[in-house]
Amino acid sequence: MVIGEGKPIKDILFMIENYSKIILAGCRGCVTVCSAGGEKEVGILASALRLARQNEGKEIEIKEVSLERQCDPEYLEEIRSFVDEYEAILSIACGAGVQFLAETYKKTPIYPGINTNFIGVTQEQGVWTERCQSCGNCKLHLTGGICPITRCAKSLLNGPCGGSSDGKCEVNPETDCGWQMIYDRLKELGKLDQMEVIIPINDWTTSRDGGPRKIVREDLKL
Amino acid sequence: MRLSYPTNIKIIKLPCTGKIDVLYLLKAFENGADGVYVAGCMEGDCHYLTGNLRARKRVEYAKKILDEVGIGGERLAMYNMSAAQGPRFVEVANEMTERIKELGPSPIKRKSTVKGSK
Repeated sequence: MVIGEGKPIKDILFMIENYSKIILAGCRGCVTVCSAGGEKEVGILASALRLARQNEGKEIEIKEVSLERQCDPEYLEEIRSFVDEYEAILSIACGAGVQFLAETYKKTPIYPGINTNFIGVTQEQGVWTERCQSCGNCKLHLTGGICPITRCAKSLLNGPCGGSSDGKCEVNPETDCGWQMIYDRLKELGKLDQMEVIIPINDWTTSRDGGPRKIVREDLKL
Repeated sequence: MRLSYPTNIKIIKLPCTGKIDVLYLLKAFENGADGVYVAGCMEGDCHYLTGNLRARKRVEYAKKILDEVGIGGERLAMYNMSAAQGPRFVEVANEMTERIKELGPSPIKRKSTVKGSK
């Protein structure tokens, strides 16, 4: 899922300082699961913002909503009937959701209430870690199901590098060396010969290098 | 024992402090509380094992938010006491009341008083 975390409240207060009536829009997708932008976080952030503004003597009216998903057009319609009654929207969906709202409601200023960090997993309750950089050219079949682009700090395709020490990465000693993990996993699978296969230079055209990406499925289009 | 404690304390009963939510704590301040404390069972004695430990973490999180919004985290506290510690309950009620009296009314109430007096 997409993992995010709340922006500092003072940053949010600065963004909305000139408004007195806003919509605070959460998303029931990924950011609900990673406790950054769901219904619960909408409640907490709205309460915190109201307290802060009361403290400043500039009260604010906040309409609290949680859309099913902010990355699908039909769910953005959930606020259409009342959006014009508000001066701005503060969205705590991921960056995609914030932008999609902005595209949909062109006359209403949209502000992001969270930072979108990465595609990752719930490592344990309250801990999330990165797994995928969406490079568009998956190599997990070559590397024992462990992504060298994401898990290796240098995104090496033929690792490990000389900075791998006792299974840890030289970039951050708390980070496991991605290539050590790949080696260990391949060994466990009895596929160590895979380590000898040279993975060719990466084709980054499927990644961000060509600008924003697009997928079209003619069979699904209406 | 028939011990008395300050009348400014309003008790909100929960089945376990594990039911505490950050939002409950913030709402209390929004609704005009000058201070809030959570009275949980002794650590290690939770009937549900970790309810009071979780409550403590949530109280810490809410304190940070209260600091960020200018209310002040020191207006919120977590105490542990057993159901058999009536005198300790009174002691904590007095201690918290004293602390809040020193801090004065919640800043949002001071603001609204000023506004109202204009």
